[in-house]
Amino acid sequence: MAVADSLSGRRRGRLRADTTFRLILGFAGASVLLILAAMLISTTIQAWPVFRHEGWSFVTSSVWDPGTSRTEITGQYGALSFIVGTLVTSVIALIIAVPLAVAVALYITQAAPKRVAGPLTYTIEMLAAVPSVVFGLWGLLFFVPSVLRPIMDFVAGTLGSFIPFLGGPVVTYNYFAAGVVLAFMVLPIIMAVTREVMANTPEPEISAAYGLGATRWEMMRHVVLPRARPGIIGATMLGLGRALGETIAVAMLIGGSQRISDSIFRGGQSMAGIIAVTFQEAAPENVKALIGVGVLLFVITVIVNMAARLVVWMTGGHLAKEQNL
Amino acid sequence: MSVSMARSLRDTGRNASRRKRKDRLVNGVLIAAVVLAVIPLAMILFEVIRRGAGAMSGEFLSSVQPFSQRRPGGGYLQGLVGTVYMVAIASILAIPFGIGAATYVVEYKQSKLSPLIRFFTDVMTGVPSIFVGLFIYAILVQGKLGFSTLAGGLALTLLMLPIVARSAEEIIRLVPDDLRNAAYGLGARRWQVVMKVVLPAASNGLVTGSMLAVARAAGETAPLLLTALGAFTIVPELIGKPQSALPLLIYSEARGPYEAAHARAWAGSLELMLLILILTIIARTISRRAKAK
Repeated sequence: MAVADSLSGRRRGRLRADTTFRLILGFAGASVLLILAAMLISTTIQAWPVFRHEGWSFVTSSVWDPGTSRTEITGQYGALSFIVGTLVTSVIALIIAVPLAVAVALYITQAAPKRVAGPLTYTIEMLAAVPSVVFGLWGLLFFVPSVLRPIMDFVAGTLGSFIPFLGGPVVTYNYFAAGVVLAFMVLPIIMAVTREVMANTPEPEISAAYGLGATRWEMMRHVVLPRARPGIIGATMLGLGRALGETIAVAMLIGGSQRISDSIFRGGQSMAGIIAVTFQEAAPENVKALIGVGVLLFVITVIVNMAARLVVWMTGGHLAKEQNL
Repeated sequence: MSVSMARSLRDTGRNASRRKRKDRLVNGVLIAAVVLAVIPLAMILFEVIRRGAGAMSGEFLSSVQPFSQRRPGGGYLQGLVGTVYMVAIASILAIPFGIGAATYVVEYKQSKLSPLIRFFTDVMTGVPSIFVGLFIYAILVQGKLGFSTLAGGLALTLLMLPIVARSAEEIIRLVPDDLRNAAYGLGARRWQVVMKVVLPAASNGLVTGSMLAVARAAGETAPLLLTALGAFTIVPELIGKPQSALPLLIYSEARGPYEAAHARAWAGSLELMLLILILTIIARTISRRAKAK
């Protein structure tokens, strides 16, 4: 066919069709790059007056006193307390979620019977399908006041008397409450990547460990875990990226105080939270400042995500990308 | 010598039983971790179903919110309409673009642009959703567009795009090269190979990936706060008027102090999760049928 066509002189037309096709697809692909660039540039331009007005105090001051001007910058915009809120909640979430995810992944890949492993994986990944506003609602009206509050009171009353950052009196919605719910939200991603890495442990090494007389735990400790370590680090960073950017559930549970508290049992605010909560009533100059907070958040999460991808790629090869995370 | 031998043998025995005990202990710890990880999901499902079903009714599904949050009754019909409306806009835009980008990455992998697109699609999946809302606000809402259905739909588009692209890429990569070569052998040109062989072969997987992206977009709240804003009535207009969405309504009513509003928020959560569940089940069924083939 092709030969006949080329002989009859239709070849050039078909080549043009190919080029056009390639251009269309290339445009779709390049749109991703263009959109990302447009995101960063347009928001930075919008926020520029605030950045220039505040200088470094945008990230080193915790005085957030929005003005109401339409045209100039009259308020004070120091985002430090929100940066702290975002970091504290994310770290609490990771401290809870990472050990849990690693333990569950170990169980699923190495210890669980086959007919348990499948449904279990599916169940935990279902957590990822729960919308963040439902996590927020559940935390706000049920989990934090009914389940977490007694635990927080107990910890603050016992450990809190001699360990810093754990002191009372407990406010119901606080850094810790937001961090715990956030842990449930990032658990599925961390577990998915970790499980994938662990499932790729070479069978001969596992058999060799058993052949030397190792118990199952010894095999896990000396074969599975060392191999999975880089994957676990990558998974943790992917979870961190998710946790940093999570908005609604955190905004609903963190308490909404604009001060930096000296205890994780008191209220605060996160970067994404302050945007979500105050945006709708903000004056134009305040909006600019909120966009500035967004730019900061974007830059931090993109750096964390890129580093995570690099770690996972360099060590786990094709593992994470199959998860479509 | 015989004495020391006996002792060493006895020691080994004690050591072995210590190691076994440790193994059993660790197994217990792992199972405890699994239980701990499953509990939150069980609690959420239980509460949403219990409280949601209590407040769910024909009235809830078929009417809009009362003007005061204090008043009981009414429903989230305007939110359901808004969610479906904006997700539909997002799907129409994000699915072709996402699949197009993925096709480029796989079928033109020798191009210099290809790995770059791939990497930045990954980066884009990690962009906080609220930042996407800020972006649309900064370039569109502030200008002429205003808070609107279209602005909300575009924000959801940007969130769906990388998810569709990443899943489509994996699926297209799975299409065997034999199929491509056979098509080339028959004299097909590249665009014909892609459009008539590769994409049809991958179609089931593409549908699955897209449905999962749709499910993700339907549950988003943060970007809509800055682009759609919210509304009390059903809004058919594409531009010029703020639009409502199920997650927005749940968010605004959950934060207030009123029992009636909380009841509606639970019922709304049940409705939203059922919507997502249906989309997910459809997606899984399609992908399972594809695997069975």
